[in-house]
Amino acid sequence: MSKTFMVVAETRDGKLRQVSLEALQAAELAKEDGDQVTAVLLGYELEGPAEELARCFQGRVLVVDHPDLKSYLAETYISALSQVLSSITPDLVLFGHTTVGRDLAPQVASRLQAGQISDVTAIENSGGDIIYTRPVYAGKAFEKKRLIGGSGIITLRPNNITPAGPASSPAEIAAFDYTPASSLRSVIKDVVRKATGKIDLTEAKVVISGGRGVKSAEGFKPLEDLAEVLHGAVGASRGACDAGYCDYALQIGQTGKVVTPEIYIACGISGAIQHLAGMSQSRVIIAINKDPEAPIFKVADYGIVGDLFEVVPLLTQEFKQALA
Amino acid sequence: MNIYVILKQTFDTEEKIVIQNGEILDDGVKYIINPYDEYAVEEALRLKEQHGGTVIVVSVGPDRTAEALRTALAMGADEAVLISDPSIRTDESGIAALLASYFGSQSYDLILGGYFSVDNGAGQVAVRLAQLLDIPHASAIVKLDVSGGQAVAVRDAEGDSETVEISLPALFTAQQGLNEPRYPSLPGIMKAKKKPFQQLGLNELGIDAESIVSKTERIELFNPPERKAGIILQGGLAEQAAELVRLLKTEAKVL
Ligand SMILES: Cc1cc2nc3c(=O)[nH]c(=O)nc-3n(C[C@H](O)[C@H](O)[C@H](O)COP(=O)(O)OP(=O)(O)OC[C@H]3O[C@@H](n4cnc5c(N)ncnc54)[C@H](O)[C@@H]3O)c2cc1C
Ligand SMILES: Cc1cc2nc3c(=O)[nH]c(=O)nc-3n(C[C@H](O)[C@H](O)[C@H](O)COP(=O)(O)OP(=O)(O)OC[C@H]3O[C@@H](n4cnc5c(N)ncnc54)[C@H](O)[C@@H]3O)c2cc1C
Repeated sequence: MSKTFMVVAETRDGKLRQVSLEALQAAELAKEDGDQVTAVLLGYELEGPAEELARCFQGRVLVVDHPDLKSYLAETYISALSQVLSSITPDLVLFGHTTVGRDLAPQVASRLQAGQISDVTAIENSGGDIIYTRPVYAGKAFEKKRLIGGSGIITLRPNNITPAGPASSPAEIAAFDYTPASSLRSVIKDVVRKATGKIDLTEAKVVISGGRGVKSAEGFKPLEDLAEVLHGAVGASRGACDAGYCDYALQIGQTGKVVTPEIYIACGISGAIQHLAGMSQSRVIIAINKDPEAPIFKVADYGIVGDLFEVVPLLTQEFKQALA
Repeated sequence: MNIYVILKQTFDTEEKIVIQNGEILDDGVKYIINPYDEYAVEEALRLKEQHGGTVIVVSVGPDRTAEALRTALAMGADEAVLISDPSIRTDESGIAALLASYFGSQSYDLILGGYFSVDNGAGQVAVRLAQLLDIPHASAIVKLDVSGGQAVAVRDAEGDSETVEISLPALFTAQQGLNEPRYPSLPGIMKAKKKPFQQLGLNELGIDAESIVSKTERIELFNPPERKAGIILQGGLAEQAAELVRLLKTEAKVL
C-alpha cells in the first residue's frame, strides 16, 4: 500500500530553511515507489519560499499563508496544522529539529496519538523498515530506533542529511484555506529580532566559538569578524555565557545546542566534557588556546597554541585571501 | 496558587557514557535533577515567594528518583510525588500519559518543566502533557511574570525573543538563563525530611500498563567513534595561520 509523507517546512527571515530541504531528502530516503510526499508551509507572505520548495521535489506543496501565522505561536500553528491534518492522513510527518519544529512536533504527535523520534541524524530504509539514528546524552552515545507500526513523527537535526536538490518536474503548489483559530488562550505581545540576518547556529557550516578566554563581550569581536569572512555563526561555551560575555542562546554543549558544522573553531575554550558533547560530531575541529595542555586539543584535528587575540585576526586575514 | 514542577532525574553531566550488552552502565553514576528542570524548580519557588501558594514536584522514575525529589524539597518545594512502578517501561508518549492521568485529579495554576532532558533529550514530555491536559504552553522561556490569571513569558527563539501572554492554567518549559537555581540549605535539607512525599503506582493512578505502551523502540545503542587528537601546528603564529588554511584546503578539503 502506498504511503503518504508530510514534510512541515519552515522559513526564517522570509527564506526557506535549509533543514526543510534536508527533511524532504529524508522523506526521499524513507519512501518507496508510489509513495506520496506533501510539504506544508505555514506562515505569512510565502510565495518565494513555496516556489523554492516546489522546485525540489515531486509532489504537492500546501501553503497556509495567513497574517495570524506571521510569528510562531504554539496555539495558532497547531490549529493550522490540525486543519491540514484533517484532510490528509500521513504515515510519517517530518519536521526540522528547530525551535519551531521542536515545539510543534510533540503537539502533533500528541494529537495523532503517535510516537515521535526526535533529533534524528540519519535514516536507513532496510526493506521498508525505516531505522532512525539519534544522539543520546547530547552525542556521548547514539541509538537506533524505529516507530512501532512504522508511522509517526520525526524531527531532523539540521546539517546531517544532504538537502534535496532541483527535481526533474516541480511539485504543484496549492493554497490551503485556513480558518483562523478562535478562543485562543495565548497571544504574542512582542517579537524582538536579535538574530535577523545572522546564520542560525545549528544550521551553520562554520561555527566560531568563544570561551572564557575571550575575556569580555568585546572579546567576541574578532570572532565575529572571522565568522563574517567564513559565512559562519558565532557560538560560545557555558563559561563565556555564565561570565555574561554573551547570550545563553549561543551556548554549545550538553545543556545548550548541539552543532555539527563542517568547521568548528574553538577559541579560548578549555574543552570540558559538557562542551565536547555539543561539538564533537563536527567534521573538522580547530582549537586555539594558549594552554598546550587544554583538553580541547585531544579532540581537535588542528591546534594552534597561542593567544586568540593574535591568532584569530591572523586567520581572518588568511581566510580572506584564500577565499578571494 | 498551585505550582507544579515536573522533573526528571538524569546522570550528572560530568559522567562518561559506557555501553555494555546494549545498555548504558549506571554503576556508581552520580545523579542530578535535569539541569533544565532545576531552573523550573527555582522559578516555581520564586513565584511562590512573590504570590504565595504551594510548590509540588512530580517525577516518573525508578526508586532512586526519590533523591532528586528530596533535593527539590530541600530547595524549598512543599510536597513531592513519585510515580514509580516496575511495569513503567515506556517512551515519551507513555510518560506524558502517566503524568496526564496524575494531573487529571489535581487542581493546578501553573506547570513548569524543562526544555529538554540532558540524557534522552527528546523534548517531548512537557509539550505532550500540555496537549493532553488541553492547556496552553510556551517553551524555552527565559522570563516569567504572573499576575491575576495571566502569565507573560519571554521565549528564546533561536536568539530572537518572543513575548507571549497566556491565560492560566498553563505549562512552561525553562530555557537556560531563566534564573540561577539556589542550593539546598542545611535547614532546608532537615525540613525536607518532614515534608509530604507521596508515592504512586499504576494502580493508584487507575491506569493499566496497556494504555502507556511505548510507540517507539530502541534497536541498538552505541558510542560514536572516538575522535583522535590531530596535529599541533608549529612555527610563528602567522606561519601557523597560513598553514592551517592550506591544510583545510588540501588535507581536510573543507574550503
Ligand atoms: C550541569 C552543567 C552543565 C554544563 N553544560 C555545559 C554546556 O552545555 N556547554 C559548556 O560549554 N559548558 C557546560 N558546562 C560547564 C563546563 O563544565 C565548563 O565549566 C565550561 O565549558 C568552561 O568554559 P570555558 O572552556 O570557556 O572556560 P575555562 O574552562 O575557564 O577555559 C578557558 C580557556 O581559555 C584559555 N584562554 C584564556 N585566555 C586565552 C587567550 N587569550 N587565548 C587563548 N586561550 C585562552 C585557557 O587556557 C582555558 O583553556 C556545564 C557545567 C555543568 C555543571
Ligand atoms: C521502549 C522504551 C522503554 C523505556 N524504558 C525506560 C525505563 O525503563 N526507564 C527509564 O528511565 N527510561 C525509559 N525510557 C526512556 C524514557 O521514556 C524517557 O527518558 C522519557 O520519556 C523522558 O523523555 P526525555 O528524557 O527525552 O524527556 P524530554 O521529553 O526531553 O523532557 C522534557 C521535560 O519533560 C519533563 N519530564 C521528562 N521526563 C519526565 C519524567 N520521567 N518525570 C517527570 N517529568 C519528566 C521534564 O520537565 C523535562 O525537562 C524508555 C524509552 C523507550 C523508547
